[in-house]
Amino acid sequence: MTAARRLTSLQVAGFVADGALRFDGIVPRALSDAALAELAGGGPPSPFGADPSSPAAGWPGKPLAGLFRDWPALSAVLELPAVAAVIESLLGPDPIYDHHYAHVIAARNEWSQPWHADAILDPRGAAFDIQLCFFFHDTPREMGGTMYLPGSHLRRVNESAIARYQNFVGQEAMACPAGSLLICHHGIWHCGQPNRTDRARTMFKLRLNPRAPQRLVWDTTDLHDPRIGKVLSRDHGWYGHDVRLEIANRIRVWRALTGDPRFDVDFWLTRIENDPLG
Amino acid sequence: MLKQKLLILYASNSSLDSPIGAWSLYDGSGREKHMAGDADEPPYASVMAAMRDGWRVIQLPQLRAPAAGAEHATAFLEYEFVLEKMVEA
Repeated sequence: MTAARRLTSLQVAGFVADGALRFDGIVPRALSDAALAELAGGGPPSPFGADPSSPAAGWPGKPLAGLFRDWPALSAVLELPAVAAVIESLLGPDPIYDHHYAHVIAARNEWSQPWHADAILDPRGAAFDIQLCFFFHDTPREMGGTMYLPGSHLRRVNESAIARYQNFVGQEAMACPAGSLLICHHGIWHCGQPNRTDRARTMFKLRLNPRAPQRLVWDTTDLHDPRIGKVLSRDHGWYGHDVRLEIANRIRVWRALTGDPRFDVDFWLTRIENDPLG
Repeated sequence: MLKQKLLILYASNSSLDSPIGAWSLYDGSGREKHMAGDADEPPYASVMAAMRDGWRVIQLPQLRAPAAGAEHATAFLEYEFVLEKMVEA
């Protein structure tokens, strides 16, 4: 159990609806500077593309706890009570390390990464990984940062199959103060934006997996808050009349996360599950 | 010499009058370069509005019944309209 308060049911419902949660300035400035210095000094080697015989290649699948011990600033970031509470609220205890990567976009880089979803098409029904995106320095819009599309995470696409798309109503750029954190569902559509400043931009990404069912692992004091249905029913504007299908799919995720197979919003699923002749 | 410019509009439903939720521009003349995240507002309110501005529709999205057992599955945007203009280059 972490010392800081875990996410509320309303916040987790927001994650289920949007596929992302944003925490501006969650990492103190001095610790952000120290973490940046560790990354600039080479940081922990990423297992992505690592030599199979290197220690980094053996990290995926290990417990997150203690893995960054040789990088005290990054380790302290992950052990910040507020950060640890968010991780625990979405994944439950003892999460599994998947991979990390320090994305550095050079100064005056006018190129935008195409829209994509990470890894490969993920057919899981409700379980999810999270991706923590740390912005340790101030990231104004002209510096990028990462653009993401709220409400895209439950759509099943494979990596850059969506690269033809350029702009969406409701797309969000992570322009933020130093020490900010964007936590995304593994399926979120996103793209690194151009950096039109004279300074390089760094974003530290860490992917984590759940070890056990992600059921009621947040602060459930407000589990029956009547606003949860409204949060799950958010219309992000870009998917048109698919909004009801999006809501239905979010209700399925919420049922899995809460263990309540009868949960519904506006009777969307209950109606079509009533099949007396079936 | 004429070169093709493509405007791809993703409408809210199958009607050409419906609001636009996403869009892309590809300019074969090389005059304009567009990329992910370079605009916050769609260039037109609807496919019809683009047609009134001289864009020619060259692809209508087919209406397909969902696959059995996957009626609620979502993936790509369904209502993709491809429009063109021929521009001097």
